[in-house]
Amino acid sequence: MSELIDDLYRLGDPIADTKAPDGPIENRWTKAKFDNKLVNPANRRKLSVIIVGTGLAGSSAAATLGEAGYHVKSFCYQDSPRRAHSIAAQGGINAAKNYNDDGDSVYRLFYDTVKGGDYRSRENNVYRLAEVSNSIIDQCVAQGVPFARDYGGLLDNRSFGGVQVARTFYARGQTGQQLLIGAYQAMERQVAAGTVTAYTRHEMLEVIVVDGRARGIIARDMVTGELETHLADAVVLASGGYGNVFFLSTNAMGCNVTATWRAHRKGAYFANPCYTQIHPTCIPVAGDYQSKLTLMSESLRNDGRIWVPKNRDDCEKDPRQIPEEDRDYYLERIYPAFGNLVPRDIASRQAKNVCDDGRGVGPKVGDFRRGVYLDFSDALSRMSEAAIAEKYGNLFDMYQRITGESPYEVPMRIYPAVHYTMGGLWVDYDLETTIPGLYAAGEANFSDHGANRLGASSLMQCLADGYFVLPNTIRNYLASGPYEPVAEDAPEVLQAQADVRERLDKLLSINGDRTVDSFHKELGHIMWEYCGMERTEEGLRKAIDLIRSLREEFWRNVRVLGSADTLNQSLEKAGRVADFLELGELMCIDALHRRESCGGHFRAESQTEDGEALRDDEKFAYVGAWQFSGNEAGGPDAPILHKEDLVYNFIQLKQRSYK
Amino acid sequence: MNLTLQIWRQDGPNAQGSMVTYPVSDISEDMSFLEMLDVLNESLIEKGEEPVAFDSDCREGICGMCSLMINGQAHGPEVTTTCQLHMRSFSDGDTITVEPWRAAAFPPVRDLIVDRSALDRVIQAGGYVSVNTGAAPEANNLQVRKPSADRAFDAATCIGCGACVAACPNASGMLFLGAKITHLGELPQGQSQRSARVVKMLNQHDAEDFGGCQNLGECAAACPKEIPLDVINQLNQDFLHSKKSAR
Repeated sequence: MSELIDDLYRLGDPIADTKAPDGPIENRWTKAKFDNKLVNPANRRKLSVIIVGTGLAGSSAAATLGEAGYHVKSFCYQDSPRRAHSIAAQGGINAAKNYNDDGDSVYRLFYDTVKGGDYRSRENNVYRLAEVSNSIIDQCVAQGVPFARDYGGLLDNRSFGGVQVARTFYARGQTGQQLLIGAYQAMERQVAAGTVTAYTRHEMLEVIVVDGRARGIIARDMVTGELETHLADAVVLASGGYGNVFFLSTNAMGCNVTATWRAHRKGAYFANPCYTQIHPTCIPVAGDYQSKLTLMSESLRNDGRIWVPKNRDDCEKDPRQIPEEDRDYYLERIYPAFGNLVPRDIASRQAKNVCDDGRGVGPKVGDFRRGVYLDFSDALSRMSEAAIAEKYGNLFDMYQRITGESPYEVPMRIYPAVHYTMGGLWVDYDLETTIPGLYAAGEANFSDHGANRLGASSLMQCLADGYFVLPNTIRNYLASGPYEPVAEDAPEVLQAQADVRERLDKLLSINGDRTVDSFHKELGHIMWEYCGMERTEEGLRKAIDLIRSLREEFWRNVRVLGSADTLNQSLEKAGRVADFLELGELMCIDALHRRESCGGHFRAESQTEDGEALRDDEKFAYVGAWQFSGNEAGGPDAPILHKEDLVYNFIQLKQRSYK
Repeated sequence: MNLTLQIWRQDGPNAQGSMVTYPVSDISEDMSFLEMLDVLNESLIEKGEEPVAFDSDCREGICGMCSLMINGQAHGPEVTTTCQLHMRSFSDGDTITVEPWRAAAFPPVRDLIVDRSALDRVIQAGGYVSVNTGAAPEANNLQVRKPSADRAFDAATCIGCGACVAACPNASGMLFLGAKITHLGELPQGQSQRSARVVKMLNQHDAEDFGGCQNLGECAAACPKEIPLDVINQLNQDFLHSKKSAR
């Protein structure tokens, strides 16, 4: 065992993806599909797969594997698969169709995504993503997804942050909803056909590992409280991201890390946990009671102009009374080539900078104004109100409903908020984790977005994984099955059940003074303050201490009422917050060890003279994959860091500049 | 604001339920209705009482998970979801009743939560286009007139919350069905299964104990996504057409 570094972690052996084929990058996926073993249709009926999560990745994978003839069990904590949080994605989905003949190509989508991810994603995976992007659009259109169309009846496109071509397909401001409904319907079709069994209001609480392979899960029926054992030949986690570790985020209330964290504790490495995307266009926080933050689609930046007053004295004025010459369109000023369409990390940090400079707008929360204007008055004089309504109407309505102000009349106010997590379970080219037979898809894995996710690429990745990648890679694993049946009373199964039961009983028996939510909010404050938009060595060390003592208090003083054998929402939340309390510490350790700025990770100690993020490719061009190393009393023992060197053969590492 | 809440409490599907009164104070008008319930629940836990169980998830008005009859109206006095209903819609001193959706097809689960899986089974009966992954033609080979695309989109905005059923005196699910029938029926992709779809979905609708439609329009009035009532006309038209074509 290596020595303790920074008193926090140990260094383990390097790790590498060994499954991607060699050769020209444009041939690799084709080669992989050919090299992967086939399973003949008669044998597929003998094989079973568990899929946790029914968002874009989970439902599309369930539909596709069901169509292929495997037995699929699908799990979600909501009352219907259609409610998964992919449904709230608004802006659009990228594809390299080049319908506008504006110079787009698979290679350019690949290039933009690697650059946009600040050179911390894997070339092979990203190229494949760009390659299958076009098939996604075909598939969704065939399912009846009502994408926007022009008057000629063809598909319409718009552009998104970080790119200079219009490659984003959209369905007004509800692209995620329409894509998810498409995947959900495809999955329900398989439910009717009997190939997919859907378990709703079920929460996965443990992975069953037998002889080193993932063979099933323990799930709690959230209505009856019954702990169920489900066994299969392979397990797929498509359970989304962990942004709710910050309490306030754009995630749905139920989004949690439990599925991936339980897998991590069973041996799956967790990669780049500190990469959190802070989305620049959210409605600012209004008060302490607030339960979540609402995202305004990034597509608004196509026509809205972002500004703050040049003078601090103007911050309280009605924005319509501030003349043009007294406005600072700071993104257009600093980044003339990209203007308001700079990538999310840059737009977010610049918003923070101008607010830190005392030029924020909107109501004071504490002693600080957190808001910048997103102004449509130029667009309204250029286009009709009807044209604006056609493009953004539902977003404007949503904004007005929440704030009580009309964006047609007064500029919107926006501020960055936690949105998407680029980290997740470490997977190889086949999307297999370090536990054989355990796969991770969509936001639950780490590989495609690097340190920053470009707009309209999450929907693309989730559907790419679910419809096209996973069904082709898991086949290679399933071809060696069916695996030896696991008995319902095998020691590994009984142990997993006992662990879950013990944990639930413990949470119910503490009967302390504090509610689960109060712990969650406190954790969120710590994470936002010290592991949010800007991180420092000192702050992160402080956060680790704070989280450790908060976790200690949680297990001594949390109050969870009721019992485990009924619907008990406090108990559900308590289990999730307990996992967030462990993940939060790992995020801070990961952030602390990465002494560079890149993408969604901005280290104050690592910046250029003009305040831009400064990467350190010499030392940090790797994926940080963390291994769980057992439990000490009160929390996890020092985790072990395995580095996967990122090798760029096709794209040259460059300082990322949008100026 | 200070308010008096009268909330339906029911321990389980077969338990006897009753209305329980809770006063709440210091409610900000910027809170959503669900955040107001969060505040109530925090205070109940502190007092050692079990919190009120209710459904919610995205809290952005899009997932369709939240429900609640508020003062007898589905999602309350505004045409929106409960998560997007703000306390500025109420006045200081108001008494507000909060109940679960009521419909034979939506059996109670606990407190304000009901089981809406009947809607999933209606979709399973035919609310899709049958196309296996990988079998799709190039997207732009299929042209859709903009008016059709827009009409399909308007119908496709249904979030499956069940407010239409809860608002209907007959607890009919016809607006939900009509929305799906219209969405897929407006598009060329949906044509080959059009006749079979409407028959299968209607049969499932009836099997789930949803009531009959008398065209009262309460459903469309309560729909947070403003699905137009005429999707039910479309449904009826498609149904009649399916009978003719079967002859």
